[in-house]
Amino acid sequence: MTINILRSETIPLRTDEDVVRARRIVRDWTISMKFSLVDQTKLVTAVSELARNTVDHGGGGSALLEMLDDTIRRGIRLTFEDQGPGIPDIVLAMTDGYSSRGSLGLGLGGTKRLVNEFNLFSEPGKGTRVTIARWK
Amino acid sequence: MTTNRISKIPDILSSLEKPLLDDWIKAQLDSFTLRKDLISSTDLRRDSAEFLTLLKRATATGNLLDLNTPEWIPVKDFLSGISRSRANQGFTPTETATFIFSLKQPLFARLQEECGQDTSALAEEFWIGTTLLDRLGLFTAETFLSSREEVIKQQQFEMLELSTPVVTLWSGILALPLIGTLDSSRTQVVMENLLQTIVDTSSEYAIIDITGVPTVDTLVAQHLLKTVAAARLMGAQCIISGIRPQIAQTMVHLGVAFGDVVTKASLADALSYTFKQMGITVNRKQN
Amino acid sequence: MDKIPIIKMGDFLLVSIQVDMHDRLAMALQDDLTIRVAKERSKGVLIDISSLDVVDSFIGRMLDNIAAMTRALGTETVVVGMQPAVAITIVELGLSLENIYTALNVDKGMALLEARMQASVDANDD
Repeated sequence: MTINILRSETIPLRTDEDVVRARRIVRDWTISMKFSLVDQTKLVTAVSELARNTVDHGGGGSALLEMLDDTIRRGIRLTFEDQGPGIPDIVLAMTDGYSSRGSLGLGLGGTKRLVNEFNLFSEPGKGTRVTIARWK
Repeated sequence: MTTNRISKIPDILSSLEKPLLDDWIKAQLDSFTLRKDLISSTDLRRDSAEFLTLLKRATATGNLLDLNTPEWIPVKDFLSGISRSRANQGFTPTETATFIFSLKQPLFARLQEECGQDTSALAEEFWIGTTLLDRLGLFTAETFLSSREEVIKQQQFEMLELSTPVVTLWSGILALPLIGTLDSSRTQVVMENLLQTIVDTSSEYAIIDITGVPTVDTLVAQHLLKTVAAARLMGAQCIISGIRPQIAQTMVHLGVAFGDVVTKASLADALSYTFKQMGITVNRKQN
Repeated sequence: MDKIPIIKMGDFLLVSIQVDMHDRLAMALQDDLTIRVAKERSKGVLIDISSLDVVDSFIGRMLDNIAAMTRALGTETVVVGMQPAVAITIVELGLSLENIYTALNVDKGMALLEARMQASVDANDD
């Protein structure tokens, strides 16, 4: 099954404002693709979480947005990338648990539940790459 | 199978387009599978002509086997459109795919004329032609099926809205009597609708009654609990009523924790509870 | 930098969040509210999020912090107007927000605050 990329855009993620901008762009894309309101909100929230992680914990990076079409349905894929310190314990990071100290904040497991596809690759000292996708 | 020869098919499609189209239309009109009740011969001619033109353009590059390249997008878009409208008109997937397959014979007749005595060239052209038309036919069937699924989903959604109305029992108290088997996606839709109604009517209480639901599985139970949690975040309280002993047992077995969600055996009990919360009492008139 | 306005409504403070806040703006709101609550000796805080179409873990934590902070100062906070899609997403995300009082709108939020004020007065009378 081939996946065609209909549209793509790269967003820098270095500042607070970049996180807001990322939310806005993804919201616009989901509206134009006629996602339901609940699905829009879930994806934009997931983007907010991951964009913030990139800025706050990854030392800044970027996100690649892609509009996908696999001939049967359409979707959005986002790849968040940074060259930061990486995640030392991925299992822990994916565990639900609210850290009031806010070190890694909410576990990534929550964000995973908001999307259809979730992939995390991280190497301590090298960086982190998170890819998520939501299909209509 | 790779070939050094350039296929004759693109040539045939461009130089013999009109005679090929005429033959193809005749073959379709003669076919016993043609649904004359569902499509007029004018529409058939128009669809066939457009398809052949698009096919001619797509094959002009010489790529007849890889349908995932950009030059094939117009053909696929056209076939998606045809599939969708045929699905809506009531055609079967086979009838829709036959539109493509019926092009084989006229095309092969032409190929035979072009190749003459060269049997190995003919064999190769047949292989290319049949592979191409098979793929396009299958593509048509696939999009047909997925658009049929969309239609069914839409119809289900509409039936859902009719069959699970949210009722205002009292000012500020909503009731959602659920009837029948709940599946995950139906439950989700119904719950979202309830939450929206809570906002629209500014109701602080919602009673979800599951008396009419024979079984509740873990997924549905989770949706119910998530809805209760979401309503609380919005500032409303959900009460679940009508939990029969069997369902209660299943929930315990499945390890579903109702925690501090208020549950009542019957809708009447739930209403009674809600009135108490709101400080409302019901009195009989004294004679 | 824009600030989120805090409006005095009788004994209460009302905050209406209309914009998509960046993190620094959210932190500034938290600080401003703390100062205002202490200064005005407000009896309650209402945060209207009916215009917010996204509440992520950062904003969730902010709301939690504001509730804890006002409680420490002797007041309560009520968050009103959460949109259904936002509520559903928060539940899915796993944000608990158990310490926050919520209401459907500003009117009901004020009624809740009045009721809680009355309850604490009654308790102190014993």
